[in-house]
Amino acid sequence: MIRVVLPAHLRTLARVDGEVRVDVKGPATQRSVIDALEGTYPVLRGAIRDHVTLRRRPFVRFFACQQDLSHDAPDTPLPEAVACGAEPFLVIGAIAGG
Amino acid sequence: MSKVRVLVGTRKGAFVLTSDGKREKWEVSGPHFAGWEIYHVKGSPADPNRIYASQTSSWFGQQVQRSDDGGTTWQPVGNEFVYDGVPGTHQWYDGTPHPWEFKRVWHFEPSLRDPDTVYAGVEDAALFKTTDGGKSWHELSGLRGHGTGPSWQPGAGGMCLHTIIEDPKTDGRMFVAISAAGAFRSDDAGKTWKPINHGLHSQYIPDPGAEVGHCVHRIAMHPSRPKTLFMQKHWDVMRTDDGGDNWREISGNLPTDFGFPIDVHAHEPETVYVVPIKSDSEHFPLDGKLRVFRNRTGGDEWEELTRGLPQSDCYVNVLRDAMSVDKLDKCGIYFGTTGGQVYASADAGDTWAPIVRDLPAVLSVEVQTLP
Repeated sequence: MIRVVLPAHLRTLARVDGEVRVDVKGPATQRSVIDALEGTYPVLRGAIRDHVTLRRRPFVRFFACQQDLSHDAPDTPLPEAVACGAEPFLVIGAIAGG
Repeated sequence: MSKVRVLVGTRKGAFVLTSDGKREKWEVSGPHFAGWEIYHVKGSPADPNRIYASQTSSWFGQQVQRSDDGGTTWQPVGNEFVYDGVPGTHQWYDGTPHPWEFKRVWHFEPSLRDPDTVYAGVEDAALFKTTDGGKSWHELSGLRGHGTGPSWQPGAGGMCLHTIIEDPKTDGRMFVAISAAGAFRSDDAGKTWKPINHGLHSQYIPDPGAEVGHCVHRIAMHPSRPKTLFMQKHWDVMRTDDGGDNWREISGNLPTDFGFPIDVHAHEPETVYVVPIKSDSEHFPLDGKLRVFRNRTGGDEWEELTRGLPQSDCYVNVLRDAMSVDKLDKCGIYFGTTGGQVYASADAGDTWAPIVRDLPAVLSVEVQTLP
């Protein structure tokens, strides 16, 4: 079970409070976690990554274990602490705008 | 007694303003979708309880929200807007080719007859359609593909398709407008399109009378006279009486003919409203006086309407989708400002009062007249 922390606007959109947990088949990667997240909460499709290219939206970042993973390849394994549920995978809205 | 529902899109959420037919006391609900940019909210003419809202964010992209109960509750529907085939390129600001990229929905136009059918005008400019209440969207790609698409260029606000008008009398005829490509007409329900910009004159493009490239800000039509269209262009207020084949200027005695919105009185097809803005480099009212101008002849004679509007130190803008009219007698006129005010006139523009004063910057105003 992967723990995911969403930014406030996406929690509102998905109608969830606090952390969410998703089951991932196979290795825990950015791609498999977002796939699982979108499968559970279809309203998030297009909000974290582009519908067609599946690239991360420019103002969205991925953090975990005090690291910025945003520029890792989508199939790079996530840290073991995320994979085993000890640490959450953070989806962050970049600080920008007014 | 009739009721009025005003649907307001702002930079930080949507608001629904309701009143009885007197239009004196208003209830305000919102913000809906707080913190998101709401470019447009519009109800279906076929079912006024069916409302569509364009919810966008630079962070999290496009959402489409749908209400089936007049704006009380909402459900997200489909948000996948994918250009048909290979998208190709349009011109960028510097004249270089730039790939077509979906950014947001600027305008929803629900079908006149079917609440599940809606047209969406998007940036980068294209026209999309749903026939299943917003669950899925497909592009009417004949518009981008008719030949001039690669030469279209964005205006300062982006290359947006912001105006969609269905002809209520001629099946299959519809009009759209794009900044900064111009106006286009289809006579086969959106399959094929032709530019309709003859008579427009724009000094800011290399050929002022070019077939495309004009920065049309808004077009309005009275449903009883669908061959007559009124246009607020970047500069110039224009009119056509032949469905866009030929345009002529009717700026007349306006103090400045730059502006964004234009609308037509619900019961008088020759009565038109604009809000003149100082210039393309100073997007606020001339002399700090917020004035609506009314034209009762459809020609060159405009009268200023100021009663109840600020006449000093007012430096707001009124954006292209931020004016609308109701169908009551007398006709109500409504507009919203970038300062967060929504003004209403219950007497066709003679007097004005704010419904609300302190909303986020208003992007769009639509009015529903309810039984």
